[in-house]
Order: sequence, then C-alpha cells, then structure tokens
Amino acid sequence: MDKLLFGDNQFFGVNHMSEEKARAQSMRFQEIGAVIDVLDAALDEGIRTFMCTTHDRIAMVADHMRANPTRYADYVFYPCMPYAHKYANAVTEEGPLGALKKFMPSEGLLDAAMRGGMSLARKDVEGISTLLIDAEMKMFQGLNTPVIFVQNVVTDLILGMGFNEAFRIFADHIRNRYGAEPGFITMNTPRLVPVLEALGIKNPIVCSNINKIGFRMSGGMEAYERTLRNHEFRAIAMSVFASGALKPDEAISWICDQPNIESIVFGASNRGNIRNTRELVDKYWRTKF
Amino acid sequence: MIRVAVVGLGKMGISHLGLARPLDGVEVAAVCDSTGYILDILAKYTGLNTYTDYTKMLAECPLDAVIIATPSRFHVDMVKTALEKGIHVFCEKPFTLSAADSTMLSELARAKGLVNQVGYHYRFVGAFREVKRLLEAGALGEISHVMAEAYGPVVLKPKGSTWRTQRAEGGGCLYDYAAHPLNLLNWYFGMPTSVGGSVLGKIFSRDTDDEVYGTLYWEDGKTAQISVNWSDESYRKMSTKISIWGTKGRIYADRQEVQLYAREAEGLPEGYTAGWNVRYTTELTKEVDFYIRGEEYSAQLEYFVQAIAEKRGDNVNDFASAAQTDSVIGMLINDAEAGPKAVSDAPIARAPQKKRFSLFKR
Repeated sequence: MDKLLFGDNQFFGVNHMSEEKARAQSMRFQEIGAVIDVLDAALDEGIRTFMCTTHDRIAMVADHMRANPTRYADYVFYPCMPYAHKYANAVTEEGPLGALKKFMPSEGLLDAAMRGGMSLARKDVEGISTLLIDAEMKMFQGLNTPVIFVQNVVTDLILGMGFNEAFRIFADHIRNRYGAEPGFITMNTPRLVPVLEALGIKNPIVCSNINKIGFRMSGGMEAYERTLRNHEFRAIAMSVFASGALKPDEAISWICDQPNIESIVFGASNRGNIRNTRELVDKYWRTKF
Repeated sequence: MIRVAVVGLGKMGISHLGLARPLDGVEVAAVCDSTGYILDILAKYTGLNTYTDYTKMLAECPLDAVIIATPSRFHVDMVKTALEKGIHVFCEKPFTLSAADSTMLSELARAKGLVNQVGYHYRFVGAFREVKRLLEAGALGEISHVMAEAYGPVVLKPKGSTWRTQRAEGGGCLYDYAAHPLNLLNWYFGMPTSVGGSVLGKIFSRDTDDEVYGTLYWEDGKTAQISVNWSDESYRKMSTKISIWGTKGRIYADRQEVQLYAREAEGLPEGYTAGWNVRYTTELTKEVDFYIRGEEYSAQLEYFVQAIAEKRGDNVNDFASAAQTDSVIGMLINDAEAGPKAVSDAPIARAPQKKRFSLFKR
C-alpha cells in the first residue's frame, strides 16, 4: 500500500465539522468533472490510490478511468462497500428481508438470480452476501482493486451483533474471487482486531480514525496504542486531522510518530492542500523510518 | 450482568442490538421479532436466543430490561406488560400515540421504581447538550423566540402502504421527524401552553404528513416555530437545527456545532467571550466505548444500563419527558385538523400586552 491514499468524503458532502461546508462541497462537486479534476491533481502529486465508496457517482469516475487507460494505467481503486445509506433506507422502508430482496440480482444473469433466490430461501448468508459484494464490485470491472473494504457502519454492526462469521465470508470471497486483500474500516479497532485474529484472518488491513485528540477512537487512545503495538495487522489511519480540529503540521507529525501505521487516507479539495499534506508526510515519515 | 432483550428488529432494533451486545455488564439474553426469517439467521450465526412471541419471551426468559423498537402502536401494551413484570424499559420514540397512555406508563414506571427511558437521542448529542448548558447558565438572558427545524430525505415519492405511511399507526413526518425538534424544545423550555398555525402537509404521502409547521406558545410569552420536512432530498441525511434568540444574544446549533453570539461576556460559562463563539462536535463529544453510527446512540444505551446499575430514578429522557412531546404532537394534530382560523381585517380589541424585552425601554 502507498503511504498516502486519497479519500472521497469531500466529494459527497460529508463533513464532520460543519453542515454549511458540507453543502458547499456538494455544490462544488456536483459535476463529476470537478471530482476528476481533483483526482488528477492528486495523481500529479504522486497520489494514485483512491479509496472510495461504491456510490453510484463513483461509477462515472471508473468509466472515465477506463476510457483513458494510458493516463491511468497505474491507478488504483480501494472500493469501500456498501454505500450504506442505500441499504439503510431500504431497511427502513421494507424491513431487513425486503431490503435483501431488493438488492439481490433479479435480472441479467439467470444464474445469479437463481443463486440469489436459493440463498434467500436457504437463509444462506454466504450466498446472499457474496452476491451483494459482486453487485457492488461491478462498477470496477477491468480496473485495479487490490484492496476491498467493508464500510465502518457494516463492520461495526457485524462486530456488535457478534456476527463474526460474516468477516470470514467477506475475506474469503475477496481473496478468492478478486485476488484482492480484504480491508475493514471500523471505529472500534481495539475490539475488531482480536476478533479477526480469532477467525484466522491473517494480517488484516484495518482502517480507522487515528488522531492526536482521540476523536472517534472508541475504546480510548490507550487501547489503540496497545493494539497497534501488540497485534499483527496493517493499519491505515483516517481522520488524522480530526475533521479539521488539528493543524496539519501538528496532526501529521503526531501520526508519523505512532507505531505500525502503514498508510494515511486523507481528503482534500484542491491541489495546494494535497501538496501540503504530501510534503508534510514526506518530511515526518522519513524521520521515522 | 444485566439481562436485556431487544424487541423489534427493524433499523433501530438492529442498531440497538449491535450496540447493546458489546456493553460492559450486559448480556443480550433474547431477541424478539414477528418475522421468523431474520431470527433464524441470527440464531444460526450469532447464537442469540430468539422469540417470535413477546409474551412467551417474558414468561420464559428471565430479564432485567427490554429495549423496545417495534412500531409505535405496539408500545403501550409491550411497555405495560414489561413494567408489570418489574422489567426496566428503554422504548423507541415516539413513545405512544396518546399523551394519556404515555402518562399512565410514566406513572406505572415510577410506582414500580423502574428505569424508564425513550430514545430521543438528540439529548445525547454534544452540541445540543452544550445548548442546554448555555441556556441553564443564562447565556442568552430572557428567551423571546426559537426556531426548531429538521429536514431530510425519507419520503421522496408516493409509496405503498406500511405502518410508516399511516399516521394512525405512528407513521409520518410529525411522529418520525418533528418529534425530535419538539422534544428538544420540551427539554430546553418545558411544556408550551398552546399551539397555533399548525400545518401537517402532504407532499407524496396519502395517509400521513410529509411536512410540519407550527407555532408553540409558552406562558411567559416565549414562542417557537417548527419547520420540518422529510421529503427534502437536498439533505444527505436527517439534519436537525435550532436557533434561539434572547436578550443577551443568539444561539445556532446542529449536530456538528454550536455558534453563540453573545452581546456581553458577563455570565457566560468559562471559555466563552462576547461576540462569536463556535464549538465543534470534535470538542463537545465524549468518546464512547463502542461506536456504530453516532456517539449519541451508544451514549444513550450506556446511560440506560448505568441508570439500572445505579438504580437511578431521575434519568434523562424518562417517560414523563416523552409524554410531554406526545402531548405537543397531539396539540399540533388537533390544531391542524381544526384548520386555519378566519381573521378579518377589522380593528379588534387589543390583547393585553405580554411581558417582553424591548430595546427601547432600557
């Protein structure tokens, strides 16, 4: 994994600090061209991995990359699935079973539709979830997706309910079908990592908030430190600026001091900010290794 | 160990289940839902003890507490049965569809000495708690007016019929969305004495409301307006906000931040100054032990369990406070059904002037 990964919150009006700012971003990135311009700026700064939600609009980015294979030959996507709002709304409207039915393949491949129906009838979670994963992955066909993530709401809901088997199903399917590494986004790293270990998921990629003020580091800073030191997993830090509560220099110098962090995922809306972050990481990361 | 059952496995129930299981000192002893399908999957993969019959579960499974997340029209019977068995209750909002029922349950819980809490999670959002603290410190002086709003993308087209599309069953923008800002108003200012100009409008729904507007009047002359619309796709998710005007300044708050404009420094809590003050969620939010979808959802359950452990009888979001909100909801429905009052432009006898702050009297 590269040291710096590019995130997508800014493109979808997700801002944990201010609703006004979130709306301004939604407006600015309404045209997919504006999103691609920023991705290009990041690429020109040497940041070639885009960690993105399987949102409908990302399909347009994927189309653009496929249409320009020379420019994006080395480009890498880390898909994060599912786009949870889609499912949450469906569960509210139609209940959990109705929502499942809605997203199972119903047309196209007869085989998939059959598998779906059979899996639903047999309450076969493996059959159901692998079909849902395949549906989410469709937009990335022909592109590089070496790591595929489960979004934090889903990871943490599964973890909370104790539905641990689902992690194994996900990991196996990602490895076998896509030849990719499974990744897990979570807000509860100290609790998740031992569960993945117990399931025999070796050296998993785990992405979570890690920042100097402990923002959304559930279980507490100390538990995170212990987990980072004592467990074998590949950590990606997100929200290193704590949604803007930390100054960039302070945030990056701190994160580079933490043990066993392999990558940082960050979002930015213009080339200046992307460059600043890259330069700070170059400066502090080098002193570390 | 506190033995808890989760009842009703829709969106809220599943979320509560995911949050309750990791809680320290809690054992989820059973789950109950009318659909066998989801229960079978849960039993197979999580080993949870499952029931399709609530009464049977209460009879067979020893419990200290239940978390009820069924459609609102089932709340009264389910909560009552649990309380009568001496079981602590956390119930989803809106609490019941009749203020009289809510009050009855509140009295029953009190008589039994049981912890009773309703899932108005905004009272656990850092920014809205800070507003409460500022108001209690008198940071705004005398309050004259409040604007309480909520917008989001729930009903965006005409839909088939479920309990959520029927007002009679607790569905609709008023019960689902407006209940939250109304509950915040109750928390900050208590019960209004009357309401007026209430509008329960339909945009896409046939049997319930999609937008809610109205004015609330308090005895001391303070007023509040609510403006709520759950068919507003320009919001990515539900967004609740409140603006409060007082003699000493103004507050604006949403889930992410509190902005206080204070006319003078005197009387403000430590760290606040005259002029603009902004506090963000990153500094107002206490970390929780386990997180799924917002600290407030974790915090309210942590709090519920703690209240049971400490045998507290004075918890936040008790049934009595939810009964206030149910009562205001009832007032808005009655007012909206009565329709607009005809007013002529002929001069009328002036009503006695309410006590009001005036810039010119100082």
